Amino acid sequence: MDLGTIIWNTIALFLTVCIFSFLYKDNPFYKFAEHLVVGVSAGYFAIILFYNGFVPKVWIPVTTRGEWWYLLPAILGVMTWTRFSKKWAWISRFSIAFYMGIAVGVALPLEMQQRVVKQLHATMLPVHFMDIQGFWNLLIILGVLCGLVYFFFSVEHKGAVGGAARLGIWILMIGFGAGFGLTVMGRISLLADRIQFMREWYLMVTQALWGA
Amino acid sequence: MKVISFIRVLFFFLYFLLIASPLSFAQEDLSQSWFNPHRVNMLIFLIFFFAIIIYFIDRAKKGKSLFIRRIAGLDAIEEAVGRATEMGKPVLFIPGIEDIDQIQTVAAMIILGNVAKMVAAYDTPLFVPICRPMVVPVAEERVKEGYASAGRPDAYNRDNVRYISDEQFAYAAGVQGIMLRDRPAANLMFGSFFAESLMLAETGFLTGAIQVAGTANIHQLPFFVVACDYTIIGEELFASSAYLSKEPKLLGSLKGSDLTKAIIIGILALGAILETLGITQFTRWFFIE
Repeated sequence: MDLGTIIWNTIALFLTVCIFSFLYKDNPFYKFAEHLVVGVSAGYFAIILFYNGFVPKVWIPVTTRGEWWYLLPAILGVMTWTRFSKKWAWISRFSIAFYMGIAVGVALPLEMQQRVVKQLHATMLPVHFMDIQGFWNLLIILGVLCGLVYFFFSVEHKGAVGGAARLGIWILMIGFGAGFGLTVMGRISLLADRIQFMREWYLMVTQALWGA
Repeated sequence: MKVISFIRVLFFFLYFLLIASPLSFAQEDLSQSWFNPHRVNMLIFLIFFFAIIIYFIDRAKKGKSLFIRRIAGLDAIEEAVGRATEMGKPVLFIPGIEDIDQIQTVAAMIILGNVAKMVAAYDTPLFVPICRPMVVPVAEERVKEGYASAGRPDAYNRDNVRYISDEQFAYAAGVQGIMLRDRPAANLMFGSFFAESLMLAETGFLTGAIQVAGTANIHQLPFFVVACDYTIIGEELFASSAYLSKEPKLLGSLKGSDLTKAIIIGILALGAILETLGITQFTRWFFIE
């Protein structure tokens, strides 16, 4: 085991403990780790964006292939910096509007496909009582219908609509409960991973110091 | 005349639905084509639903009254701001971690404008930590407009709209720091949240703040339901932005999407009945490759 690995793993362990110290209360160690991660991530993203964004998508096409039209989005990007001036800040609105317009245009058919039509197709199920699957199908259809009724905003939730909406929110809550349990299991596995890391660090250090 | 036009559109829709099935098109290489005949069903859906939404937006613009039911979580926002004012502490508004091209962030920005108006009227500080750079100018504009519409443009402090970090957990750590050090009395979390949702909501709970959250990310909703005082679920987030702003475009699109849902319920029920009877042509029409 080389010294560099031991030093870096010890720093990682120290930062892990700093973050875990938050469980007790806010303290200087947590503050140090927090400021470090915020600062490092800002610097890291600046470099990542430069090398993964600017260089391959603007610099190389313009300087090596002469594809000058790649400068247009770069100009839109530069226009957002006009926000630093009170006089010229309005110019930045063009790039924001362009960005949002493109994003919405691309998203609309995809959302319709993934969240409406495909879901609709998957929910049109046969209902029968020959086996348990027919019953589950009925439950799925009722759940979807009542869930949709809960999200009606044009009518008050009273009478039959209110009853269906109440059933809909119960079904949603059962779904949330299942989701909560599943995610907590995932988080516990992350905690187990950190504890495993600490154990491995301990073994590594004791081996390096005493050879055992 | 409008009814006749509507019936015409409906017949056009049914014609494509039942007769011009996209499954009848031959399988061919469409990678170089401008038009994919296998997705005619998608095109029809989009045109039909757009027409409904545009119709309702037009109605709203003409000043027709469009009823929207009360959304319980929205009353809690004013309650939370009032509590923060009484305690002399700030309000924290977290607009999620996604960029401005995401519809949830746009909805959050609309709610932010209304919250800014409220806090300006009560003279309560408002902190807005932000994860994505492109959201910063929009949030600044919304808060500035909110203060101006409350008649207090001088009270707007640009430094309170802060960029923290693009990195998800660095952002979460930064916001947790704000919660612990500035001790806001009200945490309002609206927008798109992911794994940081429980970290934020739990820290806010520990500080004793009143918390109202809303997201359409269904996997994060359980955490908000557990750790917040009020939760706005899924589409209620978009309805909230329409309800608060009273903007004709938003109100119209909300009413349009309600009618769309009613149509979807009808299609779903019909599809299930036909499937039960062994008629599969109708369901197959909704298949997308």
